[in-house]
Amino acid sequence: MTRELRVVGTSVPRDDAIDKVTGAARYTTDLALPGMLHATILTSPHASARIVGVDLTDARSVPGVRAVLAGSDLDVRLGLYLRDKRILARDVVRYQGEPVAAVAADTLDVAREACRRIRVEYEELPAVFDPRDAMAAGAPLVHPDLAGYDHMRGVFFPRPGTNVAHHQKIRKGDAPASLAAADVRLEASFYNPPVQHVPMETHASIAQALPEDRVEIWTSSQSPYTVRHLLSVCLGLPHAAIRVHVPYVGGGFGGKAGLGLEPLATVLSRAAGGRPVLVSATREEEFNTMPSRQGLHSTIKIGSTCDGRITALEATYVWDAGAYADYGVNVGRAAAYSGAGPYAIEHCSIDSYVVYTNKVYGTAYRGFGHLEVLWGIERVMDQMARKLGLDPAEFRRRNLLKEGDTTITGEPFTAGHGKPVECLDAVAKAIGWGRPPAAASDPRKVRGKGIAMLHKAPAMPTYTSCAVVIKLDEDGAADVLVSGVDYGQGTYTVLRQIAAEELCLPIGKVHITWECDTALTPYDWQTVASRFSYMGGNAVIEAAADCLRQVRAVAAQALGVAPETIVCEDELAFPAAEPGRAIAYKDLALGYTFPNGNAIGGPIIGHGRFIATGLTHLNPETGQGRPAQFWTYGAHAVEIEVDTETGEIEILHIATAVDAGKVLNPLSCTGQVIGGVVQGLGSTLHEGFQFDDKGQLLNPSFVDYKIPTAKDLPRRMTPIFLENPQPGGPYGARGVAEHPMISVPSAIGNALADALGIDYTVLPLSPERVLLGIQKKDKTP
Amino acid sequence: MPSELTLLEFLRNRLYLTGTKEGCGIGECGACTVLLDEKPVTACLVLAVEVDGCIVETVEGEATGGQLSVLQRAFVETGAVQCGFCTPGMIMSARGLLRRNPNPSDEEIVEAMAGNLCRCTGYEAILAAVRRAAAAVRPAVGPLAGEVGLADGRSLRGAVPKRDPEKGGRR
Repeated sequence: MTRELRVVGTSVPRDDAIDKVTGAARYTTDLALPGMLHATILTSPHASARIVGVDLTDARSVPGVRAVLAGSDLDVRLGLYLRDKRILARDVVRYQGEPVAAVAADTLDVAREACRRIRVEYEELPAVFDPRDAMAAGAPLVHPDLAGYDHMRGVFFPRPGTNVAHHQKIRKGDAPASLAAADVRLEASFYNPPVQHVPMETHASIAQALPEDRVEIWTSSQSPYTVRHLLSVCLGLPHAAIRVHVPYVGGGFGGKAGLGLEPLATVLSRAAGGRPVLVSATREEEFNTMPSRQGLHSTIKIGSTCDGRITALEATYVWDAGAYADYGVNVGRAAAYSGAGPYAIEHCSIDSYVVYTNKVYGTAYRGFGHLEVLWGIERVMDQMARKLGLDPAEFRRRNLLKEGDTTITGEPFTAGHGKPVECLDAVAKAIGWGRPPAAASDPRKVRGKGIAMLHKAPAMPTYTSCAVVIKLDEDGAADVLVSGVDYGQGTYTVLRQIAAEELCLPIGKVHITWECDTALTPYDWQTVASRFSYMGGNAVIEAAADCLRQVRAVAAQALGVAPETIVCEDELAFPAAEPGRAIAYKDLALGYTFPNGNAIGGPIIGHGRFIATGLTHLNPETGQGRPAQFWTYGAHAVEIEVDTETGEIEILHIATAVDAGKVLNPLSCTGQVIGGVVQGLGSTLHEGFQFDDKGQLLNPSFVDYKIPTAKDLPRRMTPIFLENPQPGGPYGARGVAEHPMISVPSAIGNALADALGIDYTVLPLSPERVLLGIQKKDKTP
Repeated sequence: MPSELTLLEFLRNRLYLTGTKEGCGIGECGACTVLLDEKPVTACLVLAVEVDGCIVETVEGEATGGQLSVLQRAFVETGAVQCGFCTPGMIMSARGLLRRNPNPSDEEIVEAMAGNLCRCTGYEAILAAVRRAAAAVRPAVGPLAGEVGLADGRSLRGAVPKRDPEKGGRR
């Protein structure tokens, strides 16, 4: 049955925006529990050292101090995919900024004072900072005990005795032979530095230890149930002993997936006799101590026929995991199975190594490794096109995945995957691809155009699931309960729209609960991977259908007709043939009462669920298998102007096309594209960690680590959505939240090559780097 | 009052006005922007004792009588809010601008908002919201297009703008 959509596909404004523009929205650090203590952490000044001794005596003597802990008090290992991390460093420190000890006190000032009085004696150990050095024989081992670490078996393959936390292989066809036989070959290497997520709200958690080893937590997290599960596993508690609340969250971008400061807040509260404890990262700790995006060294070789058919691709990806890889291993895995770009390549070999170093550790970050690998892949595509004398868009067009092709893990590409080529054509048209750029505004400036493809699928366990509950209220309105978190991306508004559509309610009568609570809101794995509107949306459809089944059953009994004759429209249930005998939802929501007082039915509560289906683990030797519930494809095209005297790049126009399957909310989707593109500009032009030769992070503040401001916007941004439906997606929709950020660097790098004839390989494309490239080129005869 | 207490701490911890957020504590992100005698300041860099005798305005004072201000409504309707953590500071910077210059140019809007960091929205919708609010309060232009009554402060929930096929970046 097809019917005109009323709410889905329209620009419903966010309901939470009202709390947010008035200051009423409460985030974790806005909560104050009675007797709440404030915690501070003492971090390691060394990148690699043995902890010889920790003296907490002086700290404990400060009046107002309620708990002081060091790693020696806590024999626990934490992790999602690989349990390699301590709550506080124990025996050794592995990065500068690693928490070594912590204090909970009546006030933050007292806690800081006590922290200053903790004395730690270190003995410096050899350190390794470059993951390529860390892979060499004889490199210092960041985790000599790797063999003993628990991990997700059959999916991740740590190599004990080395610094390799995971090695993901992809083997399709015979890449070495095909490469050797190729008409044209090309090899290039690239680098992405580690960067920070920079949510405007730093990590913060409150925990209160309760009797019988129970704990209640309020946390700025993307993952209420994963926090509960991992705490349960790591602390050896039953799940029901842990209750996790997630209030409003001030941005996440992946950095608040998995575990954050919850374990530390928990052990501090226990040590403080059950007083609630707030642990909130300072901005400096957000840079220095909390996880970042992994750095990546890539080397890519491709072979092509003379007429521009890619015959083979070999890639080596060496990820700079930093000191812990509990999440980074999955970035290395996901970026490998996407690691050849959205192209049909018969012969492909990829080795993706996630490698420990003595630096702040990596985790999920919007795009999950794809911005990084596509920085190399999409630059190589341009270089190969140039070598072949082909237009870069045309070269891509000849190689993009289309119906009948298979991906590099052997997944058949179908019409339901969407149309990458339409994305390419749309952005090319939008910026006038093929026409030379207009003359620059100044003789010292030059212009160029660039294009780049993007793709990504949710990286998640094969059995990822979620549930939704919908309750009908006394007034016939609906309350939607979920545990996916809307930390800004807009998924709750979309879920409200879907519920309104399915329940035949006006949007104003569908409410969603803006606090997740593992004791009350139903299960969701965690809100990552651009999967929640897809999975949660499907679960809402099922929950709404469950509600309406109950509505129809009660209405049918009340009217003395068969349930299948009842239709629901405009908050009314009535027999299809007799619209005059309608009963309002509000008279059914809690049960129906006959005129004589007899009642039937009862409160209507619908339940819906969704689980990923058809996914397989990848073959450990070949990487073949089905890793993706769905893929989202897209493209960017840019026109830039470069100042050859300052090295500054101005983005004149960036067009971004995403095959969304179905745009559920144009306002939200546009917000994701614009926000993602500008975040991508940060990775392209400004951002990157800088370390000294002792592994000290040199730019852990907004003074030295610049993210884009309102002054840094492109002159023009054009979001374009394609709607080739996704089978199995709610209304045909796919996830689009991460994607706009991916390949922004590649498109701009390609435009820079067009403008200057220089192939930059290292991000960010800062004025300094651009200028050095220009000077080097000028010196080269 | 302790002399080292910042205005930000005073607002949040003593007056429980938690709408004003701390994003960095060193005056670089603008999340704690409030108006001090009508001028935007970052409350983390102002000592509470310094504001004796001054008028301090926070985001909590922006809506009056349960009604969102035109500026707040513009933020809601243009999609200028995502995670919302920067929003109070953005609102106060914009309010400061519109107070001293009710008819700002695009450049003046960018200049006024450039000290407030946002990681979600890419700023475009925020700048559009400020433009829209400025246009709406200019007497010649009249009320905000598509204005919705907000008598209970939340009735915007019912507002579904009609889809405009020319907009939204559709094919």
